[in-house]
Amino acid sequence: MVDPQDLSSSEAPNEFSEVSEVSNVPPSSLLGRDLGLAAAQSVGVSTAGARSFGKQLGGFWVTFKAMFKKPTTIEYPEVKEPTAERFHGRHQLNRHPDGLEKCIGCELCAWACPADAIYVEGESNTEENRMSPGERYGKVYQINYLRCIFCGLCIEACPTRALTMTNEYELADDSRSKLIFEKADLLAPLRQGMLMPPHPMYPDMDESNYYKGEVPGAHPSQEVQP
Amino acid sequence: MTTAQEDKTTAMVDLITVVIDGFEVSVPKGTLVIRAAEKLGIQIPRFCDHPLLDPVGACRQCLVEIEINGRAFPKPQASCTIPVEPGMIVKTQLTSPVAEKAQRGVMEFLLINHPLDCPVCDKGGECPLQNQAMSTGQADTRFTGTKRIFEKPINISSQVLLDRERCVLCARCTRFSDQIAGDPFITLNERGALQQVGIYEKQPFESYFSGNTVQICPVGALTGASYRFRARPFDLVSTPSACEHCASGCSLRTDVRRGKTLRRLAGDDSTVNEEWNCDKGRWAFKYVTANDRLTQPLVRDAAGDLQPASWPEAIAAAAAGLQGKRAGVLVGGRATVEDAYAYAKFARISLGTNDIDFRSRVSSTEERDFLAAKVVGSNPSYQDIDKSDAVLLVGFEPEEESPIVFLRINKQVRKRGLKVVAIASKLSVGNAKLRATFVCVSPGAEAAAIAAQELSAMSVILVGERASESAGALSAVVALAEKSGATIAWIPRRAGERGALDAGAIANLLPGGRPVDVAAARIDMQTAWGVDALPSGVGADAQQIISLAMSGDIQALVVGGVDPLDAEKSHDALVAMKNTFVVSLEIRPSAVTKIADVVLPVAAVTEKSGSFMSWEGRARSFDAAVDSLQRSDVRILSMISEEMSRPIGLSSVTAAAKEFASIGMWDGEKAKFVSVVAPALVTLGVNEARLTSWRRLLDSGSLQDGEENLAGTARKAVAIISPSRAAQLGVVDGDAIRISNSHGAIVLPSFIESISDDAVWMSRNSQGSHLLATLSVASGAVVTVVRD
Repeated sequence: MVDPQDLSSSEAPNEFSEVSEVSNVPPSSLLGRDLGLAAAQSVGVSTAGARSFGKQLGGFWVTFKAMFKKPTTIEYPEVKEPTAERFHGRHQLNRHPDGLEKCIGCELCAWACPADAIYVEGESNTEENRMSPGERYGKVYQINYLRCIFCGLCIEACPTRALTMTNEYELADDSRSKLIFEKADLLAPLRQGMLMPPHPMYPDMDESNYYKGEVPGAHPSQEVQP
Repeated sequence: MTTAQEDKTTAMVDLITVVIDGFEVSVPKGTLVIRAAEKLGIQIPRFCDHPLLDPVGACRQCLVEIEINGRAFPKPQASCTIPVEPGMIVKTQLTSPVAEKAQRGVMEFLLINHPLDCPVCDKGGECPLQNQAMSTGQADTRFTGTKRIFEKPINISSQVLLDRERCVLCARCTRFSDQIAGDPFITLNERGALQQVGIYEKQPFESYFSGNTVQICPVGALTGASYRFRARPFDLVSTPSACEHCASGCSLRTDVRRGKTLRRLAGDDSTVNEEWNCDKGRWAFKYVTANDRLTQPLVRDAAGDLQPASWPEAIAAAAAGLQGKRAGVLVGGRATVEDAYAYAKFARISLGTNDIDFRSRVSSTEERDFLAAKVVGSNPSYQDIDKSDAVLLVGFEPEEESPIVFLRINKQVRKRGLKVVAIASKLSVGNAKLRATFVCVSPGAEAAAIAAQELSAMSVILVGERASESAGALSAVVALAEKSGATIAWIPRRAGERGALDAGAIANLLPGGRPVDVAAARIDMQTAWGVDALPSGVGADAQQIISLAMSGDIQALVVGGVDPLDAEKSHDALVAMKNTFVVSLEIRPSAVTKIADVVLPVAAVTEKSGSFMSWEGRARSFDAAVDSLQRSDVRILSMISEEMSRPIGLSSVTAAAKEFASIGMWDGEKAKFVSVVAPALVTLGVNEARLTSWRRLLDSGSLQDGEENLAGTARKAVAIISPSRAAQLGVVDGDAIRISNSHGAIVLPSFIESISDDAVWMSRNSQGSHLLATLSVASGAVVTVVRD
């Protein structure tokens, strides 16, 4: 490091001495570019006349006019506006009308994800433990909202429409682990006529009937016998 | 092969020159057009064509335009069924609009009924149909009707599933089963749009080779139950590896996802397994991820309980227990060459003994001498089988004990009617498929039958490890080979045995086949290892080690992956181990763990690098397929030896491999083989029979644990008796019979088959038929057979 003392005592003229020599020159010309200072001096307050007052009033008029407009801001946490209809919010894992899960654990969403935010592990359905129609269901389903960019490619990839997006956007939290949503966090709630899986499939229907939407709701025989 | 010989073979083959897409190519007579095009790098799309199967022309995807001497075929022809002819001009899809349109049309037909469920299909990403639909198909379909639907999937065996709607009827699976495996259990049924692959209702697709059909299926019609929906090809990290299940030496590909092996495929090695492997090699890998894997060292405390310990504690306890005692080393058949070499060196340097044996099974001293004189350092090969004019099977059941050897013999039988002679007490399913001449002998009387054989010098004698169970049989083999000039090939059942023999993990040989009782051989090894002296004199073999441990002459044992229930007098082995200080190196708890004093966990094959030596003496090296903290046996033995202040200095598998390679093979005189005369058979009383047995390929072996789909295709345990014995006992097929001796009894359904009248056959280690654990004997012993 060069000692500042040495610098000031050196023969080379320093910045400050140079400025003091040419102190009568305006600083703007010294820097070689116009900073608008000259213009500011020319409309200085001390030289204000009727013309400049009119200009100031023009500025206040804008403010005054705005007082009569409907405000566009909302008091967000207390007041909530609906999002656009197709807003990409939190994901949801849907159910068939009888309550069976639509997810078949195929992992196509995980493969489509450009941010590597989805982790899926599939498992085979058995007669005793049937979570979805067909052969497989998603046993582990995680979405990491620290990674998710809400692009919606996972939704496009899903072959059974199991994964869709809701309009829910309030996804901030105070720890990383809370932002990894598990299957239980993502599953759609049970609606009227649905039964909590595991339970058997609708009688005389196979998975293609489920995909065609021909299952109206849970059948009494699907109640799991204790 | 020398250059001169090569020239000779090339000259002998007729070359035919054809023009394909304007390029000339010369290929041997009989080459198919599709193959000739491949030689030019022109790829014609295909599904049914497979270089190792007979051409069939089933899928019609490979249509090309062909003209011969100016006369064109009126229609496009399937290039996979037409051999090249002189003056042939072929135009493929690259130069002929006709061929291009024909292929596009065929693809359109194939896709009409294909479900196009690629996104959820296992084959998606490695699917020839997917790839070729991209390259030769069209983007839009003109078909607007409803696709043909079949119920899916159907289990054609417990491990192979069939989705009929995905099938393109290429007949690869049915041809493989018929032509390669010799198990024609699947065929094409029905006609037209309903044509489908099917099985005979009462006989599922229970072939030992069924996994290959899954691998060669060009669509996702056949899938393996244990891999179905587990991953897609782009999820997997593949590592070339070698099979640890038998001595055939298959090269494999291990596919791993998220640190777990998900599937293993047959590797492509034309000199060894061609493109095939057996179901055991393909599907038996779950033992690695079993919940009961040993993960940390265990040391027995003063109260007699095994307690988890740190590595330094456990190593110190092992070293202290072995120090200053006469110790024996039992090495299991699963050891890699490097591990076996470490055991051999550890026994000689750290323990100062020749009491080491890798034969953790029924064995004999005759066999030990046979191995030293005739097997160590020898290089018989699959090509010897290809060239031979007769194959003699002695104490060896190829389909059950070395399936790829079976496929190779079967190929020659099918191709040129190779003569196969089996000397055994029972005709087996496999030998029947090989159309073998069955020489029926009483168990124990093999020697006389072998001596009566006439062989040419171009014959191969395949000797199994079970030949040691009949005294005099190996001596008869040696005499026959000397008389006829036939090649002897010893084919053990386990993958590690041949390597362990060459690495010196046996009482009479140092590494490289150096006889321990030859001073020059010992000096060789002393120089290589930098030690002053090595124990001289042949040590005790496995059975002697057990009896010495029972009598207290041996006070410590190092046991590496041995199941005491695999040997005769298994109960003695357990008692012997209770009496002594036992250091056990194991991957999962076994009968030894319960009585061991120090248990050290080791890496399984997928977790370590190393090499096996196949029966050919061919090194089959492999890399670690999954990341693991487990160590190979080499490293652990090295740590114990350092703690004992008699280091073997093998810090890694690579170091051991390097050192073993640098030692080289013994070039001095081999040990002399001393013939053993077969003893006379004892006379049988009423209801008595001589026991004979072998292990099934799929049985209760510990390396097959955890794979239920595979176990589902295991052959059922039965007791086989001859028709005359059945008549005498008054039983018919399926009636329960009771086989007993002083140790125990086994009750099994009877099965009446071609077997020596004085014998009863049972599988050695199947569900409900654990001979060595129950009866303590495996072969040749006299048992009582009665109706249950």
